[in-house]
Amino acid sequence: MASARDQAPGALSAAAEGEVVIEARSLRKRFGNREALRDVSFEARAGELLAIIGPNGAGKTTLLSILAGIRSPDEGTLSRTREEIGWVPQQAALYRKLTVEENLRLFARLEAVADVESTVAEMLEQTGLADRRGDQVGTLSGGNQQRVNIAIGLLARPAVLLLDEPSSGLDPRQRERLWQFVLALSDAGTSVIFSTHYIQEAERYGDRLLVLADGERVFDGTPSDLHAAVPDSRSDDFESAFVRFLRERGH
Amino acid sequence: MSRLRAVGWLLAKDLRLLRRSPLVTALLIVYPILIAVLIGFALSRGPEKPRVAFVNEIPTEEQASVGGTEFDKAETRAELCGRIECIDAADREEAQRMVADGEVLAALILPADFLERLNSLAGLDPQQPTVEVLVNEEDPVKGQLVDDRIRALITEANLILSQAVSEQAGSYLDLIVDGGSFSVPFLGIGDLEILGLRRSAQILSEIRDSLPASSRLEGLDQVIRFAELARENLKFALPLLGAIAEPIAVDKQVVSGETPSLDAFAIAVAATVTLMFVTVLLVAGSLALEREENAFPRLARGLVSPGLLLAEKLALGIAVSVAVTALMLAGLSAFVAIEWDRLAVIALAIVAGGAGFAAFGAALGGLARDVRASSLLAFMVALPVAFLSLIPSGTVEPGLYTAVEVLRVAFPFAPSLEVMSAGLEGAGSIWPPLLNLAAIVLIYAGLARFGMRRFA
Repeated sequence: MASARDQAPGALSAAAEGEVVIEARSLRKRFGNREALRDVSFEARAGELLAIIGPNGAGKTTLLSILAGIRSPDEGTLSRTREEIGWVPQQAALYRKLTVEENLRLFARLEAVADVESTVAEMLEQTGLADRRGDQVGTLSGGNQQRVNIAIGLLARPAVLLLDEPSSGLDPRQRERLWQFVLALSDAGTSVIFSTHYIQEAERYGDRLLVLADGERVFDGTPSDLHAAVPDSRSDDFESAFVRFLRERGH
Repeated sequence: MSRLRAVGWLLAKDLRLLRRSPLVTALLIVYPILIAVLIGFALSRGPEKPRVAFVNEIPTEEQASVGGTEFDKAETRAELCGRIECIDAADREEAQRMVADGEVLAALILPADFLERLNSLAGLDPQQPTVEVLVNEEDPVKGQLVDDRIRALITEANLILSQAVSEQAGSYLDLIVDGGSFSVPFLGIGDLEILGLRRSAQILSEIRDSLPASSRLEGLDQVIRFAELARENLKFALPLLGAIAEPIAVDKQVVSGETPSLDAFAIAVAATVTLMFVTVLLVAGSLALEREENAFPRLARGLVSPGLLLAEKLALGIAVSVAVTALMLAGLSAFVAIEWDRLAVIALAIVAGGAGFAAFGAALGGLARDVRASSLLAFMVALPVAFLSLIPSGTVEPGLYTAVEVLRVAFPFAPSLEVMSAGLEGAGSIWPPLLNLAAIVLIYAGLARFGMRRFA
């Protein structure tokens, strides 16, 4: 099969490449006495792949859930509404007894997509699952289920797509295929914001990294910038450099 | 987007999921049909008669006669075996073995001297006849059933016999009052002429009239007065004997509750039990599935509000309730007459009951983390509630019954049963249980909505 980049479909959103499509300003979230997010700001551009990384409890999931509109921030603003952002939860949110096509059609209808059938056909093409459209989702591999999961997040043609640890639980081959699919989306102009525990994945696929630790933004830049920010780390792999980066900042 | 259309798509999705679960679909179809057939057979065939071994040790030539009343032995046996299924046993030993082996519930033994003693009841030397009953009380329910059946039979036989004895006693009294002939064959006494009180008084009066006025007549007058007084008072003895034969008569008056016929009540119970299992399990499972499939956060993120999703689940429960109960009633109509001209009220009852159970199921589904837990919870809660709701008043302690009453009001089973009875036969007013169900729907839907806050 050709790579997803080779099959890049037409742009899903109307945003021009490089244009800022989402901007978060001074987001704060508190759970009881614990401050989960402290004054976090960032922006993402059209077609950009923004990786949100950080140790456990850093606030990655809280930030994504605020961006997705599932939680409200205590303070701060977002430039996009919930309806303009596609969200893909970590675990496939699909009906396993329904077929791929039925899942897509149901959510397309609930999303009030204008032309349900052509959108479903487009998503089937994009996910490379057209030939398995009639298969029940429960019979698909984890990787293919995640593709359908992502396709549902794309039904409303959002300018921004949020992926919560999209490759979690997938084997290396499935992960590779999944990222080909995500890269194709990015190539098509969709801004993809994803969280991950796989640091190499963030380095490999992220155009930019947003590093959170203890609810604070501690880094915002490219993987090269992060490497550069750690003295004498050129000989280290990226994960080692990342760990040193956090340690030097007291995390 | 129209909310109604969203509910429609979700409903179509749930029905499709149902269709994709062959076991659940089969249960939804088979269960009501099975219940309908079982209830239908039970209603159309009537209760099974208990099997009782019958040993008759009475010599065949003996006739049963109490007073002047002859009892035909064949008819008496037919009467007895109409109430129980008589299994003839050759002798006492065989009957005992049949009872011990569980072939029969009990054995009824008529001893050899039974008729002789029975015949003596209306004589001058009455001897009480005894029927022997052998029972196997390994099962208390079975033991109680046998006790009840045999006690009822003996009570009825005693009543017939005491009436015969009373009639015979009445004829003796007539003889004393009015006179006549009397014989005691077994004592070798032929026809005896009994003068009787009336005739005695007449004779004495005639004698008194023929005696000279100077005679001492006071003693004779006393005897004449006694004879007249005795005759007049013995007239009252006849109705008194009738009263002794049947001391208590029953005059039943219904002072509260319009009771449905047994058939309608049985159908209502069957329909309500079916509604309960199908609807509670389906709605609880369907709501829990949204959580199990992780679909809820995606739906609730602006596509469908939790309230709308809950409404869809209630609609699913009601739709399936109507389909399943209609199927069951259609099946039952092959066995018993269902008043289809009351279709509108029946439909209202099914919808109301379905809504109550659907809300109850949604509350359980809102509590459970997955479909299996919701099913287990549904069984654990619904089954005892249904049993307790069927406890009639006056059969348990007042304090316990108050608790049962609270359960009846707080859970949808009892009001659903009442609306169903009212729907099927117009027994009682439909409005109080309908209001009860409306309150139940609101409360349990509120609980379900509260439970759904944990889904995200």
